[in-house]
Amino acid sequence: MSAPAAHHYTATGLDSRKIAIWAFIGSECMLFASLISTYLIYKGRSRVGPFPHETWVDPTSGHHFHAILNIPVTSASTFTLLMSSLFMVLALSAVQNKNVPKRTTSDRILGSSKLWLWATALAGSTFLGFQAFEFTSFVHEGLTIRTNLFGSSFFTLTGFHGAHVTAGVIWLLTLLSIDYRRGLGPNDALNVDIAALYWHFVDVVWIAIFTLVYLIK
Amino acid sequence: MEQDTTHTDAAVHPAEDHAEHHHPGWSTYWKVALILTLITVGEVWMYYVPSIYNSRVFVPALLSLSALKFGIVVAFYMHLKYDHKLFRALFTGPLFIAGCTIIALMFLFGHLVAKFGR
Repeated sequence: MSAPAAHHYTATGLDSRKIAIWAFIGSECMLFASLISTYLIYKGRSRVGPFPHETWVDPTSGHHFHAILNIPVTSASTFTLLMSSLFMVLALSAVQNKNVPKRTTSDRILGSSKLWLWATALAGSTFLGFQAFEFTSFVHEGLTIRTNLFGSSFFTLTGFHGAHVTAGVIWLLTLLSIDYRRGLGPNDALNVDIAALYWHFVDVVWIAIFTLVYLIK
Repeated sequence: MEQDTTHTDAAVHPAEDHAEHHHPGWSTYWKVALILTLITVGEVWMYYVPSIYNSRVFVPALLSLSALKFGIVVAFYMHLKYDHKLFRALFTGPLFIAGCTIIALMFLFGHLVAKFGR
C-alpha cells in the first residue's frame, strides 16, 4: 500500500512539479533549437567527406566514400521510438486506473503498468542500440566528430539526443523498481505523468531530427 | 474520438481535476499511433521516389508532415490538448522563440537568403 503523495499546489491550482517539467521542456526546446540550427548552418559546408547524402572520392588517397546516412536503419529506430511513446501513455493510463477492477484479459493487459513500463524502456534501449550501431558504422566508414563540419554537428546533435534517451531509460527503470517494490497507484500518477512528458518530448525532438537531418538533402 | 476519462486526486483538488485529468484512453492512443506510423511511412516513401525527392514540393511536404507528427504527439500523448492553458503557454512560448531562433540564424548565415533574396 503506497503512502499518499505530497501535493505541491500553486496559486493557479496546478501542481508545481508539473509546471516545472513544462518549463524544463520549454528550455529544452531552446537547447535543441540551438543544436539543430548549428547542424543546419554547417550543412553542405564540409570541405572533405564523407557526406550525408552524396558520394565523395578522397583526392589524395582515391578512396571512395558512399553517402553515409542509412535511412532504412534510422526509419526502424524512428518507428521504435514512436511505439515507445504509445507504450508510455499506456503505462500512465495503467497507473491512473490501477484501482479500477479488471474483468477481461485485455483489461488486465492494458492495466499492467509493469508491462508497459518494461515495453517503453525496452523500446528506448532498442533505439539506443540502433544509435550505437549507426555511430560505430560511421566511425568504421571514416566519419568521426573531428572529420568535418557535418561529423561535428551530427554527432553533437544526435549524441545529445541519445544522452536524453539514456536519461529517460534510467528514469523508467527507476519507476519500474518502485512498481516492483511497492506498486505504482493513482497517488503516483503525477510522477509517472512527469516522466511520460519527458519521454514524449524526447520523441518529438527525434521527429524533427529525423526529417531535418536524415530525410532532407 | 471516444474519450474515456480518468480521475486522479479529484477529491483532493477538484479544480485540478477539471484542468488536467481529462485524458484519452486506449481507443484514441492506438489510432494516434497508427496515424504517426502512416505519416512516417509516407515520409520515407517520398524519400525513395525520385520524382518526388527531386521536386520543389519535397522539402515543404516533409516539413509539414513532420510538424503534423510533432503536433499530434504533443496534443494527444503529452495531453496538451486536454491540459491547462498555462502548460500550453509554457510549451508554445519557448517553442516559438526556438523556431524564430532557427529561422533568424538561417538568415544570418545566408541559408535562406538565396531562397528569399536580399
